[in-house]
This record gives sequence, structure tokens and C-alpha cells, in this order.
Amino acid sequence: MAVRLKDLTTKDTPMTRGHRMCPGCGAPTAVRQGLLAVDKPVVITCATGCLEVSTTIYPYNAWNVPFLHCAFENAGANISGIEAAYVALKKKGKINKDIKFVAFGGDGGTYDIGLQALSGAAERGHDFTYICYNNQAYMNTGAQRSSATPTGASATTAPAGKKIPGKVQRAKDLTDIMAAHHIPYVAQTTLHNPQDVIEKVKKAIETPGPSFVNILVPCVLFWRIDPAIQRDICKLAADTRIWPIYEVIDGQWKLSYKPKSFVPVEEFLKPQGRFRHLFKGDAWKHVVEQLQQEVEEKWAYVLERCKETWEPK
Amino acid sequence: MARRDITSGNWAAAEAMRQINPDVVAAYPITPSTDIPMKFSEFVADGLVDTNLVTVESEHSAISACLAASISGARVMTASSANGVALMHEIFPIAAAYRAPIVFALVNRSIGAPINIHCDHSDSMAERDMGWIHLYCEDAQEVYDSMIMSVRIAEHKDVLLPVFVCQDGFITSHCFEPIEFLEDEEVKNFIGERDPMFPLLDVDNPVAYGSLALTDYYFEIKRQQIEAMKNVRKVYEEISEEFYKLTGRKYPIVEAYKTEDAEYVAVIMSSATGAVKEAVDKLRAEGHKVGCLRVRMFRPFPWKDIAEILTGKKGIAVLDRAASIGAGAPLFTEVKGALYDSGTIVPTNSYVYGLGGRDFFLHDAEKAFTDLINGDFSPEERYLGLRE
Repeated sequence: MAVRLKDLTTKDTPMTRGHRMCPGCGAPTAVRQGLLAVDKPVVITCATGCLEVSTTIYPYNAWNVPFLHCAFENAGANISGIEAAYVALKKKGKINKDIKFVAFGGDGGTYDIGLQALSGAAERGHDFTYICYNNQAYMNTGAQRSSATPTGASATTAPAGKKIPGKVQRAKDLTDIMAAHHIPYVAQTTLHNPQDVIEKVKKAIETPGPSFVNILVPCVLFWRIDPAIQRDICKLAADTRIWPIYEVIDGQWKLSYKPKSFVPVEEFLKPQGRFRHLFKGDAWKHVVEQLQQEVEEKWAYVLERCKETWEPK
Repeated sequence: MARRDITSGNWAAAEAMRQINPDVVAAYPITPSTDIPMKFSEFVADGLVDTNLVTVESEHSAISACLAASISGARVMTASSANGVALMHEIFPIAAAYRAPIVFALVNRSIGAPINIHCDHSDSMAERDMGWIHLYCEDAQEVYDSMIMSVRIAEHKDVLLPVFVCQDGFITSHCFEPIEFLEDEEVKNFIGERDPMFPLLDVDNPVAYGSLALTDYYFEIKRQQIEAMKNVRKVYEEISEEFYKLTGRKYPIVEAYKTEDAEYVAVIMSSATGAVKEAVDKLRAEGHKVGCLRVRMFRPFPWKDIAEILTGKKGIAVLDRAASIGAGAPLFTEVKGALYDSGTIVPTNSYVYGLGGRDFFLHDAEKAFTDLINGDFSPEERYLGLRE
């Protein structure tokens, strides 16, 4: 499964340049890196969201592979329908190619409104890969909170105010929920290391049956970061362990990245405008402590599942 | 050789689906349409069809999977009712806009509240502006025949639109009646193979469905849909004529029963037509010149046919199995509009009947005619079979 980056430098990707995503946005990086090493023809569907609206503004189209967008909550059902048609038409000899099916959704379209359709598709066992480009809020409509938004982040429907420090609830653990579907491949990663994204998505797509990859990607506009730090902020997400990097292959958990040293969660929060209020005075110090606590709990859980230990320098 | 049997509207629909042998069926259970996917699942289990049956987790996913499979190039069918139809609502206009020729067995049931499993047309009437073709069937035979004809109509290159084949919940869907089936081979030959335009699965010629089209293109795309709907009539007439030659069963867009010399006409849809026709015969025997006009195709609305038949009449009763609360009932307003366009003014009463499955009797039909005969006209909506 190892991929040589050198071999990929001249390769065409299913999504072209010239789309209208923001500079520094992590979603197109995830798509282009992810699909880079896939050799079989792919058909793409996309939940309503930034990626969809910014790549298919009629009469232009940034996809040079078949593409379907239907609605917000049904990417899981759409990919099921495409795959079902493929299986039926292949059986009848009307199609003879091997084709792979990939759905993309943001966290709103995946964690929240699209969860049922995704769960149904996974349970039914269609051969597809669902990739969540998770930027932790409803960015296409202007940074409203989602169930993926982390505690303490200021979102436009959970703004940091005088009394409330942004989102108070904990983020849903969707990767774990998808692992609980006992599908052949589930993974979680971020844009800290292109090789990791490339290999995980390739593995997901090449694995027969349903697979799910949750990729944490920055939204420069609403994380309020410098577009130049896309990779740095993702590296901090991995190093602070607020976003553990792992995969679950046929039920076996495998840790993909072990930070060398302990990096406090503040390091991930501080460069981001959406967490700025947490560091103005001491009023919300306990929120940062709570987040650190959540990180430790989740990390311990992942280590246990992966049968790993961690001894930071 | 035609095969005769006793069956229900639902099973007739399922039998048509077995013979059509669609590539994909994605369906979700809801009363009273559940029978269709249940029966069809038996065909799948027994290997009688090649269909990939996708047992989705909601009606929303059913129609989403159908849409995706249809634009992928597959021949696709499904069934639903009431709340299921309402849950699918978001996807209906998208399916029509993507020109996905889905054939949909819609078993009419009230959408509530109060929750009620019985027939009225509130579910399909709520979808009348979604860009689908709407056919309303009087009996199980017509359901069976319409399912087969609809495959051709939906997939015709001048049309490429999804079709609702509506039947009355329980009244038609669960009552057993004699049916004449075609032979499997006859159905196969009649429908032919689907030859999809721009299928998503043609990876060598990639296409995008579902682009964002704003103020600069949206309007033109909608106009194309409007034009496609205008083509339905001609295509329907060709295909129903071909079907008539094969089966001897004729399905005009509107069915005129003893209307030619009639002074008074009742306009109705679906299964209640039988009671109205019976009232026509009874009142004619008593010397009254009455007739019945059944509207089979509700979208595209056959306003010209209706105006032609109703022009010059002394009075009209339009009977709706759905209310449009706060406005005129759906069929009534359409019929009145058709008459206005034809430049004729005929006194017209609006009757709402049968909501939530309330029985519609011969005396209800007679009551509507009696009002017309007695010159009892008023603009207020009237109700048949209602306790007040």
C-alpha cells in the first residue's frame, strides 16, 4: 500500500485547479491529496456544502470525473443509488469497468443532517468510501455550530459572549460511531502529512465494502487563521492529540501517529481566532482545562483500543 | 395469451414491476404502499427478477437512491404513501430537474394530522408542482397498465421526467378484483431497454449533475423542464395508442362518460369514479341528462380537453379528495381555470369528499348532481359525507 510521492507529482487528479474554494481552505487539499493515488475510475457525489458549491458553478465544473450533487443530507443515499445501479448494470453486462464510488460531505452534512443516510449506507454494505472534510462547523452558511464543533469554539450560533464561552458541548465522536458499524475500513486523519492522507484514502477506496475517512481540515475564514498555516495547524491538531490519527481495519484499531512530546492543547487553540476569547483574562481558563481533559480521555481510549502506550519525552 | 387473475392494486403494481424487471428498486415501508416492496422482495428472493433491491433506512433515502441510480443509467422504480411522500418532497423537484425517469407507485393516503392510514389525495396533491407527471388510476387494472406505460413515457427522450402512478389507498390498493396481465415477453418487448442520455456511470464521458446555477442560468433550466412537460401529452398519446393495440385497453387523458349530450357533469378522479358513473346511469334512467368526466392525467393538466368537454354545459360539480385549506380544492381550481381560458362561464360547484378515507357512496354522487339539477349553485366549498 506504500505510495511514493515522487510517482504522484505529475499525476492528474479528479478535481482540477481553478475551483473557487478560499485560499488556504483544507477541503480541496484533502480531496486532491486523497484521490491522488487512486488508479481506478471514480464517481463522486457531494453533500451540499462549500466543496460542492465552489467546484460546480454552472457552466463551470472543476471535476473531470462523473459528479453528482443532490442535497444536503443524502450523500450516503446517493452513493448507495449510484453503486446499486453499477452493480445491476454490471450484472447485465452493460458496464464492464471497475469503478469506485466516493462521497464527500462536510461535518454538517455528515455528523448532523446526513448521519442517517450515511449510517444506512454503511449498514447495507455498499462498496463506497465516504470522506468527511471536517472543518468543525457549518462554514458554507457562515460558521454555525455543528456537533463536530469543539468545546470552547466560538461559532455564529454559539458565539462567545459575556456569559457563555462559545460552544459548551463536547464534539460528537463520529469516527468511533462509524467504527461501531463494523465496516471494513475507518480512519481519522488531518492534513499534517500528505502521505498519510494519500495512503488512508487509497486504502479506503480500494477496500471492498463501505469505508469512512474523517479528515480534519481548516477553514481559514472561520477558524480565523493565516491561510499559510494550513499544514501547521493540522500538525498541531495531531501533536496536541485533540485529533488522534488512527485507522480501524476490520475492527482492529491501529494508531498512525504518536507525538514525540506532550504539547498542550493551547498550542492548537491559540493561533485560531475562534478560540481567542478563551485566552483573554482568566474567565474561561476552565474551558481550556476541560478541553485538555477531553483530549486526555479520548487519547487514553484510543491508546487502549490500539493496544498502545505513550511515553512522551 | 392474456393471463387473468384476481389481485389487488398493490399486487398488480408489484406484478408489473416483476415483468418490467427494473435495475434498481429502493423502497421503504409505509402503509398502504408497503405491499408493493414486500411482494417485490419475494420476487427478488425467488430470483424472478435481476433487480438490485436497496432496502433503505428512510423514504428520503429511497428517493435519493432512486434519483442517483436513475441518472446513473439504471431503470428505477419505487413506491410510497402519505408521510413517506412528504418526507421525499425535497428530492422530487431535484429528480425532475435532473430528468430522472423514475416510475413511482404512489398509493394515496391522507397526510394527517390526525394520523390516518386511509385514502385521500392530500399526499400527491402536495407534490403537484414538483415537475412530475401525475396519473390517477381508477382500478387495479389501470394501475398495472399505467406502470408499464409509464416506463416508456418517463424514458422517452422528449420527456425524461419521473411519473407518479397514483391509486387510492386500501380502496384500490387492497381490494381484490379481476385483472388481465400481459405475458412477460409482451411487457419486455413493449418497454424495451433503457437507453440513457448522459449516464453518470459513463466514466469515459464524465458529466456533472447538480451544479450550482444562480440568477444567470436557473430560469433557463426551469424553462427546459416546462417544455419537456409540454411534450408529455403527445408522447402519452402515442404510447397509450400502442398499448391499446396490444391490449385492447384504452386510457385517454380524460375519460368522458356520457358527457356528450349531458347538461350537468361531475368531474372526479380515481376510484370514486365508479360511484359517479353509477349515479349517472341512475339519474339518466330518471330522465336527467348527466355525465361524468374523469381526470386521469393531472400533470400536465389537460385543460383543453376539459374545456372542450365542459363548454356549453348548464352546471358542473368538481369533486376533490383533497382540500387546499385557505383556497379552492386542487382539481376544482384547475377545472375552473380551464373553463375561464376557454372563454365560457359555466356555474361550477366545488365538493370535497372522502378525506381520511371517509366512504363515498352513490347517494353522495347523486347529491352533487341533484344540486346542479336544482340550480343550487354557490361559490362556497361543499362537503359530501361529512357530519356537521
